Amino acid sequence: MALDTGSASNTTLPNLVKAATSETRLARATLIAVALGFVGLFLLLPLATVFIEAFRKGADEFLSALGDPETFSAILLTLTVAGIAVPLNLAFGVAAAWAIAKFEFKGKAFLTTLIDLPFSVSPVISGLVFVLLFGANNALGPILQSYGVQILFAVPGLVLATVFVTFPFVARELIPLMQEQGTSDEEAALSLGATGWQTFWHVTLPNIKWGLLYGVLLCNARAMGEFGAVSVVSGHIRGETNTMPLQVEILYNEYNFVAAFAVAALLALLALVTLILKTALELRYSHEIAASRSH
Amino acid sequence: MEVRVQNIRKEFGRYPALEDVSLDIRSGELIALLGPSGSGKTTLLRLIAGLESPTEGTIFFGNEDASQKSVQQRNIGFVFQHYALFRHMTVLDNISFGLKVRPANRRPPAAEIRRRALDLLELVQLSGLEKRYPAQLSGGQRQRVALARAMAVEPNVLLLDEPFGALDAQVRKELRKWLREIHDRTGHTTVFVTHDQEEALELADRVVVMSKGAIEQVGTPDDIYDHPVSPFVYGFIGQSNCLDVTLAGGEIWFEDRPIGLRAANEPDGPATLYFRPHDIELLDGCGGCLAGLVTASRRVAGTRHLEVSLGGTQPSVEIELPPERASSTDHSRVAFRPTRWKLYREASDVAAASVQAQTSAIELAPTGT
Ligand SMILES: Nc1ncnc2c1ncn2[C@@H]1O[C@H](COP(=O)(O)OP(=O)(O)O)[C@@H](O)[C@H]1O
Ligand SMILES: [Mg+2]
Repeated sequence: MALDTGSASNTTLPNLVKAATSETRLARATLIAVALGFVGLFLLLPLATVFIEAFRKGADEFLSALGDPETFSAILLTLTVAGIAVPLNLAFGVAAAWAIAKFEFKGKAFLTTLIDLPFSVSPVISGLVFVLLFGANNALGPILQSYGVQILFAVPGLVLATVFVTFPFVARELIPLMQEQGTSDEEAALSLGATGWQTFWHVTLPNIKWGLLYGVLLCNARAMGEFGAVSVVSGHIRGETNTMPLQVEILYNEYNFVAAFAVAALLALLALVTLILKTALELRYSHEIAASRSH
Repeated sequence: MEVRVQNIRKEFGRYPALEDVSLDIRSGELIALLGPSGSGKTTLLRLIAGLESPTEGTIFFGNEDASQKSVQQRNIGFVFQHYALFRHMTVLDNISFGLKVRPANRRPPAAEIRRRALDLLELVQLSGLEKRYPAQLSGGQRQRVALARAMAVEPNVLLLDEPFGALDAQVRKELRKWLREIHDRTGHTTVFVTHDQEEALELADRVVVMSKGAIEQVGTPDDIYDHPVSPFVYGFIGQSNCLDVTLAGGEIWFEDRPIGLRAANEPDGPATLYFRPHDIELLDGCGGCLAGLVTASRRVAGTRHLEVSLGGTQPSVEIELPPERASSTDHSRVAFRPTRWKLYREASDVAAASVQAQTSAIELAPTGT
């Protein structure tokens, strides 16, 4: 095959020198514009609206809306539910991730799949499961009730539904991390005479702490914001079983927009604080995080 | 401390990784487990440590049965292949870890722990780096920290898995010498795993050659190199050539002619001849020798390696000559004869005399120069 290598090669040479992954300037600008446009339109704009609506009638109105007894009890309830559900999932998540990452056992693949279940099932169904389990028509409900234990339409039901929905966050953050780190650090600690508990406390936990923190922050954000599953088990008893998201809906349906957006703004603020906290920690400890990933 | 491994068998699932392995490790010796990848070296080391439990067999530490003891109770020092340093702890904290986690009644006071850790740091020549984190150290430095950490608990036996495996050649050589010095100074009974024969032969008092989950030979480096007991050891340690030959009337025949080597008292039949590239003499005429065409020639350090095709279906052999002698032979025919060699015979080759071949067949001719 004959190739004309006269002037053609001179003009193509600069192209060859350019990095293979670099795009033209136009393509780059377009991609960046599209990404920013999307973020602005679908994320920033709605978020800004929430805050604008909340403060439409001034800060006094905003604060008095939050001071309303029903709303205040919703805020307390949300904090309570998250306060119970998150530590529970922290413990479950660490245990599940430990088992999956460090041991070989039958049914491991099944357990791994099961952990993802709450993500793939609609939250409404997650709530419904508990209604069916503890409802008046089921065996469990009346028995527990005869001992004076109320699950549905009470704090325990809300906690159960929240735990179910937020179960995967911690475990999913930890499993790949623990798998990558393997077991030799733990074996080293054991061979140096450390007990199982000392090994966990001084070696395993420090190795996974950043992943654990992310998992907990995400889990917390979702626990406070969960609507569907909680809505099914709550029973919507005013001032008693309404969490913040449920309260937002009620206020909104009553055309009490300022109050609705005030609660919504508080919820959004909690989420933002979570994100900012995460980013701040990442910046502050970026060196240590990098070291714990690769070594 | 003396360690005795008795009839150990270890299965993973249903596949045996070790089969009927017995080994006596003497107190204070530096012993190498040498073998190709997958031969069960790490498994044996982990069994001694107590990180795995044997399917069958017992391990004694001194006169005590250690098989029933947990890894913590055995008081061993283990250096992992990839160091396994605690990445969130400083070098000093890594080294003191084993002392700090002791129960209060056996734990030295904090000042004493610190002093011992600093002493060890000096022993491994890392003084001044105690505040560094593992990520801030080079591979060789990490390896030293790992060793210091393992020695801090004053272990009964020090176990090292491929201690230099992840380091570059120059650092390996240095650390090798250094490990020998440390061993001579501290006197810990030490077992190390390696797949590098040079490392094992240079460093160890005794070498354990392993293959396919079994021990092939245990001996001093000289034993292993000069008197390999099996074709595997002969082939695995150092350079070697092997040729299919035939025995007839006490003479060794290659293809259709005798090669001038005698194996008296050996029954007739097929056998395999092993010799090392440097154990040969060049001959002028050929009244009983190996002869062939030089197909390639390479200079390796102080000698020249010639690849010689002997014709027929046999693979070519390699011989080693001083460069001045080799230059005249380039791309021409050479005739030579092994001066040290060994015959191995399969049990099926000779019904009766299979094993004594190893002793009876070795023949040391005086070197002809
Ligand atoms: N945890 C394990 N599970 C299953 N098989 C293993 C395990 N550890 C080792 N083996 C197998 O046992 C054999 C010996 O392995 P190993 O002792 O690591 O060899 P070496 O260290 O000599 O390379 C190999 O075939 C390996 O696949
Ligand atoms: Mg190995």
